[in-house]
Amino acid sequence: MSAPLRLKLENIVKEYPGCRANDGIDLTVESGEIHALLGENGAGKSTLMKVIYGVVQPDEGRMFWNGHPVRVDSPARARAMGIGMVFQHFSLFETLTVAENIALGLPAGEARDRRQLDQRIREVSERYGMALDPRRYVSTLSVGERQRVEIIRCLIQETTLLILDEPTSVLTPQEVMDLFATLRQLAREGCSILFISHKLEEIRSLCQNATVLRQGRVSGDCRPAEVSAEDIARLMVGDDTPISTRVPAAEAGDVLLEVRNLGWKSRDPFGTSLKDVSVDLKQGEIVGIAGVAGNGQDELLKALSGEIRVDRGSMDLGGLGIGGLSPHQRRKLGVAIVPEERLGRGAVPGMSLAENALLTASDQGLVDRGLIRFGRVRTFCREVIRRFDVRCNGEDSTARSLSGGNLQKYIIGREALQNPRLLVASHPTWGVDVGSAVAIHEALVQLRDEGASILLISEDLDELFQLCSRIGALCDGRLSPLVPTTDLTIEQLGQWMAGEFESAEASHAAA
Amino acid sequence: MLLLERRPVDSALMRWASPVLALVLTVITGFVLFVAMGKDPVEGLTFFFITPVSDLIGVAELGLKMAPLLLCAAGLTVCYRAKLWNIGAEGHFLMGALGASVMAVQLVDVSGFWVLPLVLIAGILAGALWAAIAAGLKTHLNCNEILTTIMLNYIALNLLLYAVHGPLKDPYGFGFPQSVMFADSALLPDLIAGTRLHLGLAFGLLAAVSVWVLFARSFIGFQLNVVGQDHRAAAFAGFSARRLTWFAFLVGGATAGLAGASEVTGPIGQLVPQVSPGYGYTAIIVVFLGRMHALGIIAASALLALTFIGGEMLQIAMNMPKAITGLFQGLLLFYLLTCDAFIHYRVRLKPPATQPTPKLAAAATQET
Repeated sequence: MSAPLRLKLENIVKEYPGCRANDGIDLTVESGEIHALLGENGAGKSTLMKVIYGVVQPDEGRMFWNGHPVRVDSPARARAMGIGMVFQHFSLFETLTVAENIALGLPAGEARDRRQLDQRIREVSERYGMALDPRRYVSTLSVGERQRVEIIRCLIQETTLLILDEPTSVLTPQEVMDLFATLRQLAREGCSILFISHKLEEIRSLCQNATVLRQGRVSGDCRPAEVSAEDIARLMVGDDTPISTRVPAAEAGDVLLEVRNLGWKSRDPFGTSLKDVSVDLKQGEIVGIAGVAGNGQDELLKALSGEIRVDRGSMDLGGLGIGGLSPHQRRKLGVAIVPEERLGRGAVPGMSLAENALLTASDQGLVDRGLIRFGRVRTFCREVIRRFDVRCNGEDSTARSLSGGNLQKYIIGREALQNPRLLVASHPTWGVDVGSAVAIHEALVQLRDEGASILLISEDLDELFQLCSRIGALCDGRLSPLVPTTDLTIEQLGQWMAGEFESAEASHAAA
Repeated sequence: MLLLERRPVDSALMRWASPVLALVLTVITGFVLFVAMGKDPVEGLTFFFITPVSDLIGVAELGLKMAPLLLCAAGLTVCYRAKLWNIGAEGHFLMGALGASVMAVQLVDVSGFWVLPLVLIAGILAGALWAAIAAGLKTHLNCNEILTTIMLNYIALNLLLYAVHGPLKDPYGFGFPQSVMFADSALLPDLIAGTRLHLGLAFGLLAAVSVWVLFARSFIGFQLNVVGQDHRAAAFAGFSARRLTWFAFLVGGATAGLAGASEVTGPIGQLVPQVSPGYGYTAIIVVFLGRMHALGIIAASALLALTFIGGEMLQIAMNMPKAITGLFQGLLLFYLLTCDAFIHYRVRLKPPATQPTPKLAAAATQET
């Protein structure tokens, strides 16, 4: 090896009040290497990324860039050195064009000549197979295309280390294949890639090396292609956590929820409208809705919860029309909702867990003639914490202080303890640690076995195939047919996620 | 370089230390101001803060000024907890005074135990009606409540001026813009004989206790808190922001209206143009200084009542301008808001960021 390592980290330590986020991490990335960084939420991946990209300064440790010791004191400095980062949540202005968005990140001198910039964007995008028109407005781009803008924004600045934070969570399986082709080409040309993910199969197919973090330390290095996904998962979670749920098949009962030709026009020009969505949900079954984020999942959830009133169509719960009812009235009929955003919708961040119980469980005898029965609120809250193993400092902890997984367990438990007939859960295990995800899956299966109907909206296809008896996909506010999981291939689902189900729908109707 | 850095956890200490710190800074600034104006600062501060409450009459006067502040502040607390920035307590107050006066002038020759309640209810209704306009504009037309309530304040003031110069003017009042003196049966009884302190202070304290019960025990108080802290969680839980907005505004209007009614049926005994020295605006400071908490607003209303009396004292004893009251109130709010920043943020010293030298960066990239 004559070429020095592209990036070498030695003993990186970063301490936050009450938490040692990085505790002596070593990491090396060679030039042209695709290196995976794995770990559960809270393992220290994001902190390490922020250290490399200059967002935060490490308390201890050294960083070498192409063999030279460096101190990265700002993202601008990192970009000047050749480090580019694509965050999980894109930082693009929807009302500006692709070229304008890219110009924003460039030094003033380079940004000024627009014609030349357009030319460079076209060159880079064609070279790496990421077709993109620099004059299009970002609001008109799909999520996958927006990600391309972010990547091109990095490449145009001659990036030699590209950091991608969970890039595939917003893509269809086909888009993932395209992204991987681009990344492999970049790597062949000498660009190093640091790929953060928790999707083990993707890492096994893409990455040469992997570093696994657990609780702020490196728990192991491996060559992902040569070890099983099981082994990698063990490195991530440790020895004492169950890795997956076993889901016994269930016998579905009568139809509980009947949604017919739901239509809703979005008031937001960048929002998604629901078009002609029909769902049947039987008692004791879990039905999955796949789809790339922003294709109407949130709107469907709000239509079912009553947060928005649909313009067309009908919703029947056990033969009773619920389309005109308020969220509170629906909840009384046994509708429970677990929204995608845990903090700031499912729970109020600054309020205690006990107060957050009141948010949806006020009808469980917690309020008497307008006055809150604090004793009962606490009992209910403690029961949720106990039954669902929520790790916290008791019912007075603020929702904000809980980890994502624990808060999600609390929210699911809050709904489950109210014995719902229908549970609609959106991305229940998104960003949740493996142990909590298993617990959440078990809670869902148990609810199903008790006879509840569950509609599971998720981007995690493994989760859907594991839990659901029938699956469909939302694309641009339209719902594909819902077919039994056993009859569905992942390729078929991928096509539905991309919107190709017109013919399928017709044949389904004919059958 | 000084940096304001977000605290990982809001400082519980600063939450309560901030009002105290703001008061200390206000006193220090007042000291400097007195020196700058060539007045004896110790004497000035003594006249402002201590002399007014050195005897029973003084304390009673303090209670007299506290009453309207406390009533307005209690109603505003309900609004502000839900993050409804109702600046209209002054307008509600004036309309309450006007509504009560209209009723009292009709009943000037009547006596009976029911006259006073009727007059007060007229004031409450008038204040609530005025707040209802802003509430309706907000819930149905999505108008910003800060702007509408401020504008409604001026309309209320002009309505009141019209009334005292026109329909309500005492025909035997030698042309002075004021109403007739109300009948005794329309006047609030005194709390302490020999002073001007009247039942209004009891209303104020009762309102503060009600606010405490509302937010400590009731479900509707909880809903208001949720709407204020996180409107998306409120929508998810199905709490109607529209209904809660109406509730908060109507409570705010009713209490400020009662304050106005208590003022004309209390110390004044008739409707005059200068019925409010700005109680409705000062109540905003009271709410923030009192941390939107019942006990806090009782203490804060006492302090701000003192600024009114102290200001008058300085005008009389030291020949200072009338603006001194507003100056101290403004200083207090300014320092409070500044100190409040330290609840969420802390100051950190950071060495100036070194600019990346292009040469070094280029060298690093070339050596691949």
